[in-house]
Amino acid sequence: MVSTPASLTDVEVSSSINLVGRAPSGPDGPRTVERVGEPGGSCTDMSRSDGAIIVEHLTKRFGDRVAFDDVSFDVGYGEVFGFLGPNGAGKTTMVRTLGTLIAPTSGAATVAGIELRPENGPAIRSRISIMPEFPGLYLRLTVAENLELFARLYRLSDPQYRIERVLRAVNLIDRTNDLCRSLSKGLRQRAALARALLSDPAVLFLDEPTSGLDPVATREVHELITALEDRGVTIFLTTHRLEEAERLCHRVAILSTTLRLVGRPLELRQQLLTRNLDVRTRTDLDDPGKMFGGLVDVEGWEQVLPGLYRLTVVDPDATAPVVARTLVGAGVDILSIAESRRSLEDVYLELIDEDVEVKRR
Amino acid sequence: MSFSWVRVGAIFQKELRDYRRNRFMVLTMGLLPLIFIAAPILQLFTIKASITSAKLDSRIGISLLYMLMLPTIIPSVLSAYSVVGEREQGTLEPVLTTPIHREELLIGKALAAFLPVLAVAYVIFGIFLGAVAAFAHPAVTSAVFERDHLLIQLLFTPLVAGWSIWVGIAISTRMSDVRAAQQLSVLASLPPVAIVALMNFNVIAPSLALALGLAAALLLIDGLAWRVVAAMFDRERLITGIRS
Repeated sequence: MVSTPASLTDVEVSSSINLVGRAPSGPDGPRTVERVGEPGGSCTDMSRSDGAIIVEHLTKRFGDRVAFDDVSFDVGYGEVFGFLGPNGAGKTTMVRTLGTLIAPTSGAATVAGIELRPENGPAIRSRISIMPEFPGLYLRLTVAENLELFARLYRLSDPQYRIERVLRAVNLIDRTNDLCRSLSKGLRQRAALARALLSDPAVLFLDEPTSGLDPVATREVHELITALEDRGVTIFLTTHRLEEAERLCHRVAILSTTLRLVGRPLELRQQLLTRNLDVRTRTDLDDPGKMFGGLVDVEGWEQVLPGLYRLTVVDPDATAPVVARTLVGAGVDILSIAESRRSLEDVYLELIDEDVEVKRR
Repeated sequence: MSFSWVRVGAIFQKELRDYRRNRFMVLTMGLLPLIFIAAPILQLFTIKASITSAKLDSRIGISLLYMLMLPTIIPSVLSAYSVVGEREQGTLEPVLTTPIHREELLIGKALAAFLPVLAVAYVIFGIFLGAVAAFAHPAVTSAVFERDHLLIQLLFTPLVAGWSIWVGIAISTRMSDVRAAQQLSVLASLPPVAIVALMNFNVIAPSLALALGLAAALLLIDGLAWRVVAAMFDRERLITGIRS
């Protein structure tokens, strides 16, 4: 993992980048799941002082309404950090707060090595970039004119060179002199990403970057994010698309006003959820309760469909052969036995459901 | 990070490019000057030789007032659009995520409204004076070319434009609808013109000392208005719609 912010001027897009199955990594090596607010759970190692983002007990209220409450986490340099949550969970407010656009009610944070204070706003903003959910391009200006404006606002040297490089990076060089209003939604998103890359930010905030995009445009944005990650850019990605976070992020945090969980996607699935074996048989079992209830390793079972049983187990690898032997011994025709892989969506929905239940009480 | 004229220039250039390609703005900038040149010329060229001195003063007052309406209304329309228009289009937030200071943003926007309007207003006034000198009755010509009248027009054109701009931007930072902001802004920009109108109509006897005194007062108000507008520019409120 790259430990320092890298220049973006060399960013090139590679469509051959493997988005799936990348070993999650972080500046501190492997991390474990941190369930916030539970005994022994700590959401962040606050002894680190060199994080790209360090957030400590940050709270933002708008009058009586709490956007987010007592949130703490850290993001290492070069890390792709996913910030997940339902609509209204406070994700965009968090981005705006860390981007110095709005002031926190309480708590502290460091962004790109600079303490989050009102007087540090311009200094922080000069080291980060934020790509809002909506591109916010000047539609009556050309792509190049939009980028020229931002190059001057950042007071960048050699702006024409930088503009050309970022437009190449997002595959938009052939639309340089087109008015932005003539671009499709996906191309506008790319132009907005080019604008965000212009200043070589130490931290790049992407707020729902694929919101409203079709699958092709979404894939293109994913490839761009992966290319940036490969260059060591620190990315703070908010999304409610769970598969997006799972594919792109080293770690994810789940926010629902309070921070519910921080961890690596794979670990979230493995450590927080019970594991399942799906058993398919040619016909329904006569007495599945007796069949599965007698197995020590099976903690529970349910019939999902005719001939399909989902077993709750501790160790699917060890239990599968035992289940197979038992069923064969009982003369059952087995079609398949497989571990049921649960997505991050299951974790997410489980946590959100817990929130809803807590609020009902 | 210190104040940067580069960033002011960037905003200025962007605003001009945006105005140039905005049909509504082009129409506003094109049609209003035509109205404000045609109406006063019509006022003066229809004067008969038998007109009384009081009526002549009144006609000239109305004509010169038209000249001042131009630097009042156009900048108020432009500046009322400048912040709330960007909010509506979603372009304000990306700009505010850059290291730009609010003062740089405001000065860039104000200059983009001020300089073109000032140029147009002086050109229109020049055309008006040329037309009067060439075609109007000699009595009309000599009345229009009175030193005090010329001074009032030249002096107050930038000052009322400045007032209109700051009032327009101030309203624009607090409104959520472009049309409402523009209507309110035009209304709010009128008080200084009323004072000048009183002088043009000779209700207040125009004198060099009075004109200079009022101009100095308006200059002071413009200077203070700019500070007030800068203080009113609340990033959080502009982005979230909620007071910080």
